[in-house]
Amino acid sequence: MLSAVIAISALALTFGLLLGYSAIRFRVEGDPVVDRIDALLPQTQCGQCGFAGCRPYAQAIAQGEAEINRCPPGGETTIIGLADLLGRDVVPLDAERGEEKPKAVAVIDEQVCIGCTLCIQACPVDAILGAAKSMHTVIASECTGCELCLPPCPVDCIHMTPVEQDIAHWKWPFPDAASGGVIAAREVH
Amino acid sequence: MAAARSDTASRRLWKFHGGLHLAENKAQSVTQPLRPAALPKRLILPLQQHIGESAQPLVQVGQRVLKGEMLARPQGYISAPIHAPSSGVVAAIGELPVPHPSGLEGLCIVIETDGEDRWGRLPDAIEAFEKCAPEVLRERVRSAGVVGLGGAAFPSSVKLNPGPDHPIHTLILNGAECEPYITCDQMLMREQPERVVSGAHVLLHALGADRCLIGVEDNKPEAIQALKRAVAAAGVASLEVVAVPTLYPSGGEKQLIQILTGEEVPRHGIPAQIGYVCHNVGTAAAIADAVLQGTPLVSRIVTVTGEGVREAQNLEVLIGTPISELIAECGGYTPEVSRLILGGPMMGFALHTDQVPITKAANCVFAASLREAPAPDPAAPCIRCGECARVCPANLLPQQLYWYARAKDLDKVQDYSLFDCIECGCCSYVCPSHIPLVQYYRFAKAESWAREQERSKSDHARQRHQARLQRLERLEKERKARLRRRKEDLDKAPSTERSSEQTKQAAIRAAIERAKAKKAAQPVQPRNVDTLTPEQREQIANVEARRRGGDRRADTAGREE
Ligand code: SF4
Ligand code: SF4
Ligand code: SF4
Repeated sequence: MLSAVIAISALALTFGLLLGYSAIRFRVEGDPVVDRIDALLPQTQCGQCGFAGCRPYAQAIAQGEAEINRCPPGGETTIIGLADLLGRDVVPLDAERGEEKPKAVAVIDEQVCIGCTLCIQACPVDAILGAAKSMHTVIASECTGCELCLPPCPVDCIHMTPVEQDIAHWKWPFPDAASGGVIAAREVH
Repeated sequence: MAAARSDTASRRLWKFHGGLHLAENKAQSVTQPLRPAALPKRLILPLQQHIGESAQPLVQVGQRVLKGEMLARPQGYISAPIHAPSSGVVAAIGELPVPHPSGLEGLCIVIETDGEDRWGRLPDAIEAFEKCAPEVLRERVRSAGVVGLGGAAFPSSVKLNPGPDHPIHTLILNGAECEPYITCDQMLMREQPERVVSGAHVLLHALGADRCLIGVEDNKPEAIQALKRAVAAAGVASLEVVAVPTLYPSGGEKQLIQILTGEEVPRHGIPAQIGYVCHNVGTAAAIADAVLQGTPLVSRIVTVTGEGVREAQNLEVLIGTPISELIAECGGYTPEVSRLILGGPMMGFALHTDQVPITKAANCVFAASLREAPAPDPAAPCIRCGECARVCPANLLPQQLYWYARAKDLDKVQDYSLFDCIECGCCSYVCPSHIPLVQYYRFAKAESWAREQERSKSDHARQRHQARLQRLERLEKERKARLRRRKEDLDKAPSTERSSEQTKQAAIRAAIERAKAKKAAQPVQPRNVDTLTPEQREQIANVEARRRGGDRRADTAGREE
């Protein structure tokens, strides 16, 4: 009887210490809700939502200061994801914020670029390579398509080029609601 | 059920959930004996004919190649090489239409054949494969470009390497061929059963498995008889030919394993986890050729059928043969042709043109009449009748999957095991509301993959953005620190007069430096200009002009700012 009491108390003590220790040792830094919202945002960092990037918008959503439909690059997918996460209703994209566009990347016309470095300063993900008075170029694989480099360019030499559709990136389209059925041959005898 | 036709007495069989009895329509294409198709003038070889990374070209335009020579090598583990199906000259390497539901173009190597069909040097045959290490056999299968010929086109060598964690006890050869209209495996088993049996032999050894079951639907009695004779002739006890009841889709990998053994492959799992590996009979034959003769995969059997073509039949076709030529060889189209489908009526997809080539995965060209492939009926709302769930061989809840796929809720569809759907089409087939269910699942699968890719891309963008923010912050701190230091220096200086004197002197010194530097920079002697052509001189002049223009514009830009 006594040994059982001692054993249980010892166990309780050990686990208590263990839990207390892990609470300190493995404390989660930052705000997990913001992180989880941020994980659903496309990270284009374009600012179309009216905030200075995806994370500030995530913070605003977490604090209930912003609706979940302000991100045009994320479009419907992002809204559905956020609605799921936060237990809210799916709402259409706020048209004032812009519209969902096909993916594009910025391309610098290298014949015209004067090497002013203004676009480098605008790019949120350091996807532009160049130095003063040298021709600049966009690293296509890093470009998020945020379009922030377009306005500062003094000679208008940056253009958005849609990402070309190839077989590796082709997706089955959403079925045409009007036409149903299978290709399948029906009973033919 | 189908007991009347099956001779299953010898072995206990199990049933999988659901399934459909379909009109078979196989008789049309098995009336003529199997024969090789004519050698086409041009062979078009897409670099992506398999699941995984596409192959990388090894040849150049204009190069002469011999039959069996490697044209493109695999890139990465899950990939396969491409070989020349006949001798000739590489006429082009470029984007051409390929057989894909998108109708898009893909990179292809085009060979202008020379009519000689001359073989190049092949690797030595491995006759004593029983003495060979499994790695050697795997490597041979890989370098021969063998992929799953049942339609999935997964590189076979990968499936031969289940890893030390998954010991394989049973090899299953899939000769079920459950899809209506398709008869290429049937013809192979009927006319060349020895190839299948030799392949089984090699595979047993390569996998270290104890036994092999060859499952064939009981609507192919000649194929079963032929295989049994070949097994008896080979005299191996570990091989068994098993007739299974005809029920679509018994040829699904997991379904066939369940029929033959009663064991279920776990959800989201692969057969190797429970000790099975499943290969198509055509793949086994190709593996036999690769090991026992050294020949790479350069041809396959293709069923050409449907009311849209005059003479339905099976042909041994060189990979890369344009489908239009195959149709011509079968007497051309009939007036009834309405749609060209690659694969069977249940799982195939419509082609946009007949100019695309036969690839390793192409088992059937189905030229369907309007009667065989009617225009889809308009879809009505789901009435929750549950028919789809009753027939689903993967034991899923298709109506729930449809519901969430339609709502584009990619997390929920995965909760309902979307990726266990084998796209067999049973649910769409029975749906009284004519909902194109499988199309919704294909859409949801594609979106899920894309979302995965986008997530990793956006994670990357987040990291880069954060790195940038940190850098800007650091630079700002450094700038502030510099200002503070300068201010402190100024405060420390004893008299403002002297310090202003100092700055003045420093400014003058700096100006002199600048002038010197400019002078040094000016007489830049152009180098390597002795032997220039007039065009090159002109180019240099242009560049200089642009540079001067650029400077001017840069200056203005600077000033505007
Ligand atoms: S609109 Fe979307 S992508 Fe652009 S900054 Fe806001 S959250 Fe990020
Ligand atoms: S068969 Fe069609 S109508 Fe019936 S439950 Fe399934 S999806 Fe709904
Ligand atoms: S297509 Fe998918 S959901 Fe429909 S019956 Fe086949 S396995 Fe089940």
